[in-house]
Amino acid sequence: MTTYATRFGSLVDYEKGGVEIIDDDPRHYTFSNMFEVASGAVAWEKIAVAKNQEYVLEVIRAEGVSGWRSAAHDEFALVMDGTVVVELRSLTEPVVPAGTRGSIALAEQPDGRPMGRVVARRGHMALLPANAAHRFRADEPSVILLQTIAGADTVYRWSEICQTD
Amino acid sequence: MTDTAPAVVGDRNEHGYRSFRLGEFTFDRDEYFAHVAWPSGKDVLSIDAFLRALQRDVAWGFFYGVVNFDAVIGTVNHYGEVDLFAGSFNESYRGAGLDYVERFPHEDIHAAFQAILDDWTIEGFDPFAAPEETGSPWGDKQGSNTKAVTRRRVTAKRMVGVPGDEVPRSDATGHPVNRMFADVPQDEPDVEPEPGFEEEVCGFNLFAYLSRSDVTWNPSVVSVCEDSLYCPTTEEFILPIIHGNDRVEWFVQLSDQIEWVVADKETNALRARVTMKAGDVAAMPADIRHQGFSPKRSMLLVWENGSAALPRMIAEGRAPTYPVDF
Repeated sequence: MTTYATRFGSLVDYEKGGVEIIDDDPRHYTFSNMFEVASGAVAWEKIAVAKNQEYVLEVIRAEGVSGWRSAAHDEFALVMDGTVVVELRSLTEPVVPAGTRGSIALAEQPDGRPMGRVVARRGHMALLPANAAHRFRADEPSVILLQTIAGADTVYRWSEICQTD
Repeated sequence: MTDTAPAVVGDRNEHGYRSFRLGEFTFDRDEYFAHVAWPSGKDVLSIDAFLRALQRDVAWGFFYGVVNFDAVIGTVNHYGEVDLFAGSFNESYRGAGLDYVERFPHEDIHAAFQAILDDWTIEGFDPFAAPEETGSPWGDKQGSNTKAVTRRRVTAKRMVGVPGDEVPRSDATGHPVNRMFADVPQDEPDVEPEPGFEEEVCGFNLFAYLSRSDVTWNPSVVSVCEDSLYCPTTEEFILPIIHGNDRVEWFVQLSDQIEWVVADKETNALRARVTMKAGDVAAMPADIRHQGFSPKRSMLLVWENGSAALPRMIAEGRAPTYPVDF
């Protein structure tokens, strides 16, 4: 009887696949590996690894304590490696300017009420609710995949992270 | 557009199966094969492959773009109406003038496909299951498996686990951990809302949720950011259809490995092979068709942009067939 081992990736242990081109341009597949991207990232950079019109998936190297951020829409944080504490606070008044897409950085801790927190380990997904503030904490280097909308702080590094030949 | 409602044709055949007609297309099965015919030609598919493909097309509501059952027949979703085609995405058929297509209201073709699926799926065979996990589709008509072929597709409105939304899977919901995911941790996140914020402070274990999926190759929505849809799925064996994109689609390999064979959407000429391992991210351009092969059950995050405007934007050249220029 076969014993199956499920293979997840991590910052310290991942393998990368690739595109074998027959008759195409490899750049059209925008192929990358999120652990490789996070390995070369500065903590809390929001690096796009996927983009579909205005929507993006961002890889975040979580390490230490992030700044506070807020968005006018829901976002979703999936922990792909490590443990991340998501801290949430309400806002006494909206801080995201009308029409702003993606999240914005807040200059300081918002003065709303504490909403609670989620301690998320690998495979756990947390809601970052619209019009609330959130910040992350990771005691060890961790990786977040964020479902969101492209914003002013989204970092594009396609030619560095994607297969080109 | 054809306005012929789906109809059962004649009595049961010598194997106990009903025949069906939809427009000018006819559908018959025997012990081993599905036979599909149209005014200018015919096709034959192994019944296990046909039922697995039909199951996905029905469950997905004809999905995004083209669902090829094989190199000849399939459907194109026009979102409200659906084309049933033969040879339309096959260069040889088109060159010979043998391609044929009829368009139906979504509800008519859906009802017809559901009726075929229900009649032709016998007791013990589950078209959603991996081959190792289900019984035989072969032979004479013997019973049915309506419960399996009418599963409800999960579509979270905000996120699985949010109060009032889809609930996480568990033994209690009838979702035991799959044999190939027995080693996947089942712990849930520590969710600690302050009073009054129970509907906003939420989380769930996506990997545990996927480890308990009782279907393969069936993306279901777990989180929604406007038109951005997380549609993770568990994959084992072969994607039963060849998906022809009408928009850019993204794959994030969450666990294990899948091999993708990518061909031209219109001609079926091979363009690439993509090997995806845990943590890999790749786009499927809007002008290709693809089929996946997963030796061990794996977790795949399919990320879709559900915007109704995208297919027309791409068809009119107002949006590129690939996601980014760099």
